[in-house]
Amino acid sequence: MNKLAWFYFPARLAWRQLVFDRTKLVAAICGVLFACVLVFMQLGFKDSLYASAASAPVKLDGDLFLMHKQSEAMWRPIQFKRSELMRVLGNPAVAEAYPLYLGLAPFKNIKTRVKRTLMVYGFDPDSLIFNVDEIKSKRVELRLKDTVLFDEYSRPEFGPIRQLLETGQNVTEINDYKVNIVGLFRLGVSFAADGNVVTSDLNFMRIFPKRNHGDIDMGVIRLHPGASIKQVEAELKNQLSEFINIFSYEELLKYEKDYWANTAPIGFIFGFGTVMGWVVGLVIVYQILFTDIANHRNEFATLKAMGYEHSYFIRLVFASAFFLAILGFIPGYLLSLGLYHLAESQMYMPMPMLLSKMITVFMFILSMCVVAGLLAIRKLKDANPADMF
Amino acid sequence: MSTVIDVAHLDFSFGSGALTQPVLKDITLSIQKGEIVLITGPSGSGKTTFLTIIGGLRQAFHGSVNVLDQQLINSSEQVKVKARQQIGYIFQQHNLLKSLTALQNVSMTLEMNNMLTEQQRCDRSAEILIAVGLGDRLNYKPGQLSGGQLQRVSIARALVGQPKIVLADEPTASLDKQSGYEAVSLLKRLAKESQTTILLVTHDYRILDIADRVVELEDGVIKKI
Repeated sequence: MNKLAWFYFPARLAWRQLVFDRTKLVAAICGVLFACVLVFMQLGFKDSLYASAASAPVKLDGDLFLMHKQSEAMWRPIQFKRSELMRVLGNPAVAEAYPLYLGLAPFKNIKTRVKRTLMVYGFDPDSLIFNVDEIKSKRVELRLKDTVLFDEYSRPEFGPIRQLLETGQNVTEINDYKVNIVGLFRLGVSFAADGNVVTSDLNFMRIFPKRNHGDIDMGVIRLHPGASIKQVEAELKNQLSEFINIFSYEELLKYEKDYWANTAPIGFIFGFGTVMGWVVGLVIVYQILFTDIANHRNEFATLKAMGYEHSYFIRLVFASAFFLAILGFIPGYLLSLGLYHLAESQMYMPMPMLLSKMITVFMFILSMCVVAGLLAIRKLKDANPADMF
Repeated sequence: MSTVIDVAHLDFSFGSGALTQPVLKDITLSIQKGEIVLITGPSGSGKTTFLTIIGGLRQAFHGSVNVLDQQLINSSEQVKVKARQQIGYIFQQHNLLKSLTALQNVSMTLEMNNMLTEQQRCDRSAEILIAVGLGDRLNYKPGQLSGGQLQRVSIARALVGQPKIVLADEPTASLDKQSGYEAVSLLKRLAKESQTTILLVTHDYRILDIADRVVELEDGVIKKI
């Protein structure tokens, strides 16, 4: 009872004072809600960026990956010699090694004839290096001349490809080269490319006439079952030219993510936006708590004269901060949920509302309110009964 | 009869150095249990200052102020908080919490007492509000009550904790003659029932007749007892 009363009574008074002035309460909730939505959106965009940046490597089916050391990320690769990749076959643990060709090229919208850049992936269809069922099942068709598969999750600006295919319109141009779309698959857009197309290595050379088989963008290596990836990676590192980076699957994902987080300033921008949301929310909550204490100064001084201790009012201020955090978070969460859905359906960006993100943002909002409370309790000193009566 | 308030040679001044403004000079006063004492005097005579020192709201440094066997001169914050909890305070304005109902306002006095259950707190608060004639206004907020009713709620708030001393600072200042007189009579009646000591500051001469004793203060000196 004693322990309960210690926090219950000031919290109850804080609650009664909060709900007494509805207008001010609504304004206060809006302030917290604003910060909450801002933080949710910034974190959502950031995570979405990382998720989409890694959408292509996530689907790659391999144990080890080679890239040129000068390649900043998969979307802007530097070519290296195919012979360099083939050298890894000398290691007894290596089962297969396949080249992957990458290129950005304009894709002509079949209907509007507007060209927009997308990412073209070229590889041997039999290598099955993309772990996507629609691609695997179309490997026979991909072996034909001038055939491509189109990513259904590409931005709508490329045209309603699914409907067009159903009506038999499947001819378009990539890099001013005429191709047939023979099917669809699902991968997802990234900040680097608005759409994706996969094709065979031979067709890739036709689309990009200046490229040749000998210069590859990535190498995908599969090991024999049971081989230690770490050990083979270390062995290959010594054998390969110093211009080549070798990654395990996880390392490749991290390399791609880190590029967007650090090299591209986008990670910083969203991080900065998150912090700004926190600061703006802090200032709003601080202002609310501060004026609240100023308005209740007389009442607090009265309670002090009745024998209430100073610490009671500190608990009261923190209880107010806590209530504001919760009352602002709930509508903030619901609004963000709606905005996430909007972003997913309208911008084709993956923005899942994860429990971990919910907890992160709530902790963010709570810490914001607690710091605001810490700043505001100084004002309690003004509630001195001797000066008031 | 026992002495509940014993003040001896109390000096108090505002400011420091050349700006020192003496407010109370060599005050000596004893008040017995159950006594009703009025302090009168013109504005600026130091009445309210005297009351805030007795109530443990203001720190004095010279002389002796013994309230319920606690020395308040140069006392710590804990001693003063403890003294405040044993004293009922009635303010010039009603000073009720405007977000709380009459019942909740009165209960605030009892919330410092962990011995009671929520139900007991409500019962006792309701009981005393009925005693001050506000039985039908328990769940009204201050904004819905008249000046006289508000002052009666604050009397109930001061008395509900069964304090040994009630300090009242011009409780009739914001009331008309009728409701002012009713309020102090009520205070007197309830105090006499429970042998509560009352120290009341006023310059409202209409209520002098409720007192057992009138003390007149002028320029910080007791003029007449």
